[in-house]
Amino acid sequence: MSEEIIKDVIVGENEDYIINMGPQHPSTHGVLRFEVCLKGETVKYLIPHIGYIHRGIEKMCEANTYQQLIHLTDRMDYLSAHMNNEAVCLVVEDALQVEIPERVKYIRTILDELNRIASHQLWWCAFGMDLGALTSFFYGLRDREHILDIFEESFGSRLLHSFVMPGGLMHDVHPNFQKRTKEFIKYFRKKLPEYDQLLTGNIIFQNRVKGIGFMSKKTAIGYGVTGPSARGSNYSCDIRKIAPYGMYDKVQFNEILETGGDTFARYKVRIAEMWESMNIIEQLIDNIPEGDFTAKMKPIIKLPAGEYFRRVETARGELAVYVVSDGNKTPFRMKFRTPNFSNLFVINSLASGHKIADLIAISGSLDLVIPDIDR
Amino acid sequence: MLNRQELTDIIRGFEPETEFPEGTQLLEAFVPAEKIYALVEKLKSDNKSSFNYLISLTAVDFLTHMTVVYHLESTEFRHLIVLKSKLADREDPKIDSLTALYPTAEYFEREVFDLFGIRFNNHPNLQRLFLEDDYGYPLRKDFRDEINIIER
Repeated sequence: MSEEIIKDVIVGENEDYIINMGPQHPSTHGVLRFEVCLKGETVKYLIPHIGYIHRGIEKMCEANTYQQLIHLTDRMDYLSAHMNNEAVCLVVEDALQVEIPERVKYIRTILDELNRIASHQLWWCAFGMDLGALTSFFYGLRDREHILDIFEESFGSRLLHSFVMPGGLMHDVHPNFQKRTKEFIKYFRKKLPEYDQLLTGNIIFQNRVKGIGFMSKKTAIGYGVTGPSARGSNYSCDIRKIAPYGMYDKVQFNEILETGGDTFARYKVRIAEMWESMNIIEQLIDNIPEGDFTAKMKPIIKLPAGEYFRRVETARGELAVYVVSDGNKTPFRMKFRTPNFSNLFVINSLASGHKIADLIAISGSLDLVIPDIDR
Repeated sequence: MLNRQELTDIIRGFEPETEFPEGTQLLEAFVPAEKIYALVEKLKSDNKSSFNYLISLTAVDFLTHMTVVYHLESTEFRHLIVLKSKLADREDPKIDSLTALYPTAEYFEREVFDLFGIRFNNHPNLQRLFLEDDYGYPLRKDFRDEINIIER
């Protein structure tokens, strides 16, 4: 036997060592399987396998009316349920050319931002936990509870609200809504610096995330990555700025951009977005005008035959809804371009060449919600 | 940001055979299926249009034919167009893949192949994305599933 073959038999240097991460791995936050090819502890490449929670929401939409299919959309990205509902409502309002009341615009925008904060809080606590910092999980959930209580009081549900309807809202918000939201902002302005003290400045945490999973701006555009994940690579892609809806063209806010492109940059974008969301809410919460909570809508909504396209910014990126209508009360075809679908597949180019422990940090920093990928 | 007329002129200049339907929400252009790759390649590399971001790629089944729908945007100028290609052959629909231009197209195309059965030429890995190999193509309008879908 030549020396080369002996080495190969003993060490297995020319063989691919493949392990499956998932579909029940805690760090994938859902049923997602990575087929990871390793060399030692280094990831050579990885292939994501999806479809474990595919429910065919696009097919189901073809059998439901527009009021009914709202309730399917918050099952996609359940952490940005409100934004998903709003995307469908905006498409319907666009097609029917309904002018919605000012009060509705204010409330929708405030709820968007409250939902964004809640989503980023859950991301923050789960990200810390993935990297071994269990305390962050308790901190994050403690603060998120306040937002969920506000939601529960107004809509009766905490996670999947389906509170927005085509033309306005399902009913008016609770009389306590303004007071409790202001209390929460006051509370969370004190608590958010604790997040920085606990994780951001922690040297162990920084060593785990700095310089890991670099994504260039070109990669982000090519793979269609959007949302905070892309804004960490200095790619300006905020739909709230590009195609404003609700009150976003009236309020003052900055699009958060970081130039690092690594996992830590994506982390910093989300922390800064929580501050920015609180600024937006504070500009609106005192000025909610009185008025109707919905425009006058017919009980059966039929969109004029044609095609409609609308985009919103969810907590994870760009959600686009594309509707083909043939004039009936159900859509002929409904397509959801979900942010996580595009955000997932960039992971091979981010994680290749890093250690397998870094894969956890990278997939955590992309903030994936699996039902949004499968739909 | 270019307006509708300027974009129409640019596309006409690259590909005279395109048709532009009237009265649509966004600028739409019907492109012959065999010309789509060449046109998108030019639209992406041209300095004035620079459509470097593929927002979504999907298909619609009209029972008589299928249409592949591309939503393209320029991240520099933020103008947006919709390109469409009609595929007359529903039995074995085929169109060129855009994977070489946009990496994200690889997975959008796998999804369309999975749910509509449209084959993409020159695709590096055309496998089903969500469903099993022997499942039908559920987003086709003539798809029937006796067990899981109750007809009303």
